[in-house]
Amino acid sequence: MNLSNLTKATSLSVLFSSLSVLSFAQGSGEASSSANSLVILLFTCVMVLVVFLAAIMGDKIIKLAAGKIRKDSDDKEFGLVPSLKELVFGTQNTGQSKKKITKLSRGFDIKLKGKAKKSIAIYNSATYAIKPTDYKGLQPIPKMLLKEGAKVKAGEKIFYDKGFEGVFFTSPVSGELVEIRRAEKRAISEIVIQSDGKNSSVKFKAEAPKSLGESGVKSQLLESGAWTAFVERPFGVIANPTLRPNSIHISCSDTAPLAVDYRYVLEQLNQKNIQTGIDALNELSDKVYLNLDKQANKSNKVDQLKGVEINAFLGEHPAGNVGIQIHHTDPIAKGDVVWTIKIEDVATIGRLFNEGVYAPEKIVALTGSIVKNPHYVKTIQGVNIAQLIEGQIEEDNSRVVSGNVLSGTQISKDGFLGAYDNLISVIEEGNQQEMFGWILPQTARPSISPTFPWRMMELARFDANTNMRGEQRAFVVSGQYEEVLPMDVYPQHLMKAIIKNDFEEMEGLGIYELIEEDIAICEFACTSKQPLQGILREGLDYIRSQN
Amino acid sequence: MKFIRDFMDKIEPDKESRFLHTLWDGIDTFLYVPDHVTKKGTHIKDGMDLKRTMIHVVIAMQFAFIIGMYNIGHQHYFALGLFPDFFSGFGAKLVYGVLQYLPMIIVVHLVGLGIEFIFAANKGHAIEEGFLVSGFLIPLVMPPATPLWMVALATAFAVVIAKEAFGGTGMNIFNIALIARVFVFFAFPAEISGDEIWIAPDYSWLHKGFSAVASLFGSADFFSMSVPANLVDGYTGATPLSLASKGGWESVQAYSVTIQGEVYHPYEVSNLIFGNVPGSVGEGSKVGIIIGALFLVFTRIASWRIMLSMILGTMFMSILLNVINVTYSSEVTNVFISVPWYYQFAMGSMFFAMAFMATDPVTASGTNTGKWVYGFMIGVVGIIIRVLNPAYPEGWMLAILLLNVFAPLIDHVVLQQNIKRRLSRVKA
Repeated sequence: MNLSNLTKATSLSVLFSSLSVLSFAQGSGEASSSANSLVILLFTCVMVLVVFLAAIMGDKIIKLAAGKIRKDSDDKEFGLVPSLKELVFGTQNTGQSKKKITKLSRGFDIKLKGKAKKSIAIYNSATYAIKPTDYKGLQPIPKMLLKEGAKVKAGEKIFYDKGFEGVFFTSPVSGELVEIRRAEKRAISEIVIQSDGKNSSVKFKAEAPKSLGESGVKSQLLESGAWTAFVERPFGVIANPTLRPNSIHISCSDTAPLAVDYRYVLEQLNQKNIQTGIDALNELSDKVYLNLDKQANKSNKVDQLKGVEINAFLGEHPAGNVGIQIHHTDPIAKGDVVWTIKIEDVATIGRLFNEGVYAPEKIVALTGSIVKNPHYVKTIQGVNIAQLIEGQIEEDNSRVVSGNVLSGTQISKDGFLGAYDNLISVIEEGNQQEMFGWILPQTARPSISPTFPWRMMELARFDANTNMRGEQRAFVVSGQYEEVLPMDVYPQHLMKAIIKNDFEEMEGLGIYELIEEDIAICEFACTSKQPLQGILREGLDYIRSQN
Repeated sequence: MKFIRDFMDKIEPDKESRFLHTLWDGIDTFLYVPDHVTKKGTHIKDGMDLKRTMIHVVIAMQFAFIIGMYNIGHQHYFALGLFPDFFSGFGAKLVYGVLQYLPMIIVVHLVGLGIEFIFAANKGHAIEEGFLVSGFLIPLVMPPATPLWMVALATAFAVVIAKEAFGGTGMNIFNIALIARVFVFFAFPAEISGDEIWIAPDYSWLHKGFSAVASLFGSADFFSMSVPANLVDGYTGATPLSLASKGGWESVQAYSVTIQGEVYHPYEVSNLIFGNVPGSVGEGSKVGIIIGALFLVFTRIASWRIMLSMILGTMFMSILLNVINVTYSSEVTNVFISVPWYYQFAMGSMFFAMAFMATDPVTASGTNTGKWVYGFMIGVVGIIIRVLNPAYPEGWMLAILLLNVFAPLIDHVVLQQNIKRRLSRVKA
């Protein structure tokens, strides 16, 4: 495979150079004036460039081929020319033979100001909430098992959904169910629990997952509510307990703007709990992957883990999104089911089997350029953030987002953290008009476009606000999404297939491989300001309703 | 700057009067980026929008635009045997060029923007930015002496039939500016086919008016020579391409004009590259166009894949023709084939078509693989039409329109490959 590509590349360049030589020979008879030699010089340069490009392309093709057959994931051994670095320094043995490293070249890191400092505090609030809206695919009004005023313990069942038989949603803390808040058409938006500060949990079996077996592990996860941490792909809904997934991907990576540093998060987590959690996952599926980003890749904490295949993905956002990682390790085909889970939740599951308690702890980062002291806190799922951000935000005109600024949800300043989120981003509202802002922007702003000179400054970090930066238009620019999405997917054509409700084309173009967070970076970059995440969700809901 | 904002707020017309409000909205969003904030989806957005994209294309055209405008004046005086050097008579040439060209730009914008406004108001949409670019491209592809009524008609045809009929910016199948050009080309063959359209020998009332005003200040009258009685010796106004199709590269080089006893070779390679040759305003200056093209590639607004593959396609086809010429030299009757392939780049509007026409993202292929095929095929077809078809002096307009038709098909093939790859993963 390599050899044929090498031959192709070489023959291509030889063909081009011989053709150019041939035509020079033909033209040289009349090329006497200085202008003619100028032209010949110009085209010699072009020819050299073409040969050079052909060589580079050949090199890339060989590397790609090597990557595809998994011989060389580090771009080192194969290629038309060995890399210069290697010639100078020689090959380095990194000692990480277990890890498979995949480099993703496309993507874009949105560098915002206000990354969390590496200091951690414990944060408990008076109230916690479960928000049914955090979970995709639920009915607007799920079946409540408890009424307002009921006393609960952590891990006590609160509601379930008819669409997901057997999955229970449980209280993250102990205390009293004080309020069921409703939105339009009586849809339940928040179930608020007043904490008693003791965090006492329902007692579960403290047994090794192996001895419990698949059904034992499953029922314990379902009963305790830890099951809700699994997200099923396609569709990004809660995992269906009657299925056995092809694989489970543990996500220990996040490259989104202001995202938590997973190397730091790993330091906070209990190694033993993670290992037990992985053991439990191994009961549920034949294959468990652990996916690292470039930060987590530097940590040596994962090296000793057993029963898991470790993959590192180096590259700019969205290289840290589990959807992109699945695409590069074990792509989802029609009919496949894959589950994803975050490493914190694996530790929670591990603790469930080690100690028999349900304690959904999260390492959460409070971030944003207008936050006085961005830092990490150790807290519990569904926490109220009012006290956390009190005194931290000077700007009145701000927006609090649970999750990252690309795919997170806006919450009020006394709102609750989303079930899957480990990040609070606070950014300025952009409700100001800007004179000639489209041609002469007055402040630096993140953009994938080189027409903004700030893009040159690789280390620059930006303030960002919520201005639309223009108005919505039809799709005009092409190739823009592919530039930031390291997947073999044509997002623009997929979006058009969704808009025209073309079922087969949606399937064929890979809708099963995507959920909102994966194409969020495309939506950010979109010149036409198209709501790609909304369109994708419509398509996913449509397909799900057809199945 | 507050007073501008206050003024705009004060004059905001009632939303009921659609046309006025659309007009106001167009001006308002031109002056100010609106204060809309993100509602759903991403909370922050890239600073790039369609206005910014389009204006950068317009900026990229300016180098070719300015040289081309000046060149109208140069060609005019050259034909009369005055100021034969490019930079002599700078003021007169510049004024002549601007006065000759400005009415065309104004007419195109009045007609095109007017139609856009009417359609936007009727649809209740905001005014779309597409015409920012088309409005400059149409005058750039028109021969400088095209009558204004033809330009107006062509613009109206292009905007209504090629764009609004398909649904507006982003929905069109054909390149708008090329439709305007092709309309003039096919609708008025008698008026447009000759060589004399490439220079503007006559004076309009604008020139005369300017002359009258200037003479009040004691300026010499440069706009009074009568035409065409005193065209210089040997001047035919033939373009390099028409010469090459009749007599090959040698006749392009041999073409000479005698002015005041001195012999000039207007079609030296350096002239062809710099752009002081007769032709449409935009196509002439290879230097200006390449600067613009590099600007577009550097800012990643236009696809470098299309540009590079179009160069490769042009190169491939012209080299192929050269090889045919050498191999079957006894049987070849078309002398154009013998033009060395690298001179094919120097003549005509290949670079202009490459930089501004082929790269139109709406009508080109949308997939990256497709762009390689699309650009390459334009290069191949363009050279075929230019060299082998005696009816058309230049091939790019027709080649691009042809490939516009095929672009969706190319994309379809690429997408089917992608779908096939994905299906092959399904375990039976």
